[in-house]
Amino acid sequence: MGEHLDKEHYDLVCKALGPKMQFVQGDVAYAYGALLAGCTYFAGYPITPATETAEALARYLPQIGGTCIQMEDEIASLSAIIGASWTGTKAMTATSGPGFSLMMENLGYAVMSETPCVIVDVQRSGPSTGQPTESSQGDIMQARWGTHGDHEIIALAPSNVQECMDLTIDCFNLAERYRNPVILLTDGDVGHMRERLVIPDREDYEVEFRVPPPEDKEAYVPFEGDENKIPRVANFGLGYHTYVTGLTHDVTGLPATDDADKHTQLVTRLVEKITDKREEIVRVEVEKQEGARIGIISYGITARPAMGAVRILRERGVPVNFMRLISIWPFANRQVAEFAAGLDHILVPEMNLGQVVHPVREAVEGQCPVSCLPKIGGVMHNPQEVSEAVEKIPKGTKGATGGKKGGKKGMKKGGGR
Amino acid sequence: MFNKANHIRENYLEMTMYPSIFCSGCGVGNVLNYSLRAIDAEHIDLDGVVFVSGIGCSSRMPGYIDADGLHTTHGRAIAFATGVKTSDPDLNVVIFTGDGDAAGIGGNHLIHAARRNVDLTVVCINNFIHRMTGGQVSPTTPLTSKTSTTPYGNIEQPFDLCSLVIGAGASYVSRWTLGYPYETIKAIREGLRNKGFSFIEMLVPCPTGYTKKQKIPDGRETWDWYKESTILRSQYMKLPKAERAKETRIVIGKLRDSPRPEFCDTYGKLVEKYRL
Repeated sequence: MGEHLDKEHYDLVCKALGPKMQFVQGDVAYAYGALLAGCTYFAGYPITPATETAEALARYLPQIGGTCIQMEDEIASLSAIIGASWTGTKAMTATSGPGFSLMMENLGYAVMSETPCVIVDVQRSGPSTGQPTESSQGDIMQARWGTHGDHEIIALAPSNVQECMDLTIDCFNLAERYRNPVILLTDGDVGHMRERLVIPDREDYEVEFRVPPPEDKEAYVPFEGDENKIPRVANFGLGYHTYVTGLTHDVTGLPATDDADKHTQLVTRLVEKITDKREEIVRVEVEKQEGARIGIISYGITARPAMGAVRILRERGVPVNFMRLISIWPFANRQVAEFAAGLDHILVPEMNLGQVVHPVREAVEGQCPVSCLPKIGGVMHNPQEVSEAVEKIPKGTKGATGGKKGGKKGMKKGGGR
Repeated sequence: MFNKANHIRENYLEMTMYPSIFCSGCGVGNVLNYSLRAIDAEHIDLDGVVFVSGIGCSSRMPGYIDADGLHTTHGRAIAFATGVKTSDPDLNVVIFTGDGDAAGIGGNHLIHAARRNVDLTVVCINNFIHRMTGGQVSPTTPLTSKTSTTPYGNIEQPFDLCSLVIGAGASYVSRWTLGYPYETIKAIREGLRNKGFSFIEMLVPCPTGYTKKQKIPDGRETWDWYKESTILRSQYMKLPKAERAKETRIVIGKLRDSPRPEFCDTYGKLVEKYRL
């Protein structure tokens, strides 16, 4: 395919996908996004509720000359896409909680080896096998910290089927740009929901490719960061002779496991190549209302009942500010801090017992109380329960929360889960 | 044999990595030598070869070669290699792995790659032990052997790796000891040439991790041990059937050479048929 996604390839993908406007489910939309981003390799293992992505790509990839392989497990699936990525191929896998758990080992390898790749995690209810057919947002912290050691992760969370496709394209661009694994942190409800989807024209979206190595092979230092701390490392098979390892390595790529300085330099660069660009990566949507004292922050499928609650409250004359996190990691620290300014309380509805609420509270830095509106069991919040939770927050106290009367004690309970 | 050493050193080795991490008397270096001689004899352009490995002593081998290398996670080398090969079938993919890596933690990937008959050449260095971590029992440690985690002797039946991958569908399988360098080079050459899953098992001594604990005192006795513990397939086949069943020695030689449709070829044909 070369260094750009040519029109010919785009046309071939469109031919495979059919009409420009379709009614499809989220899981299929991830596959569409991957193909439009130039992904030609998928490796996966069947798992509810992510299997439809593998099924779609098993059908489409041979049609466009790509490769789809069902591996023996999720460990092998991520292994295979990392291997494929090193041949210069854009590669993806898709899974859910139990498979995502198995991928933690090689997620760390992809970070350490700076391998561009995309993992779709269609979250389901856990722990363990949990509720295979029920949705959840329980992998937020696992995506961030599930693999061992210091590292950064990029994760995006779609709230509708159009975004399932659009954000998958973005995931590939971010993976290529930052040479890092990127996670589409989606959920079973978005994945299995059917909505209208519009396939973009080629000129209406960007497709990025990893920075090529210097032409002069003598000047090639594979793992030296450029001005953006991103290495110009060559793909396999081009004669650059690159050694890729999960061990601590120096700029040459060769192991340097007992050198504290080299380890510090490497891991700091791996972290800073993402955190330095936080403002480029972070994406939020904010809706403000005059006189609002309460804010809601939500993401993924839960953002939809949360937005419903904002509408209900508006009709009742209760102004509420709303923020939807489109990117989850790296976290929108500045945006959340600014959102908190002037608010009495922030409520974070999420389909877990409190995960995103923690980085929100950290970003808010005590400007106002932050509490979680948790829900588990595989059932989405409905707008009424979110609006009721908002209405239960005592006005102007800067210390109370929904569900419990009486100030700080209640806040601790609500938010500390 | 020796006049080639300079040629191999100058054209294939990553000299900045030497001295190597391998112990005196270790067989890994020999296998690296034989593998590079096989590649050289086959006139394979190193630019088109990717060496893939997992974790363990033998998995450090790609680091000593001036070529593309993918040193992966424990047991996963074959799964990574499957991704490399199936995404770019023009590349020649060689895997260096050990008994713990390939048959312990990575056993599932081993049998599935053999089943798919992906065109990979696996050189498995079997030293009967997990040496990188100090000499723990592995899935190939012989019965009754003492290791750091079997201080009273190993009670588990070891894997016969060649039988395992033959059963799983490997199309080329050989097993040799270091006592047969030319046969080893020939086997690796045949493995490279075989379009499919090739498995070359090398029985190599680990003086510091295995033979020492079995009270085999020196190199000469180690050498004898390997000679006494193995039987050539050609001799084995001459034994009467009843004696073959009782044979406890490890059979070495070419154990399977029966090409069958390879994964990438078959997939390529499928793509040709369904490509829009």
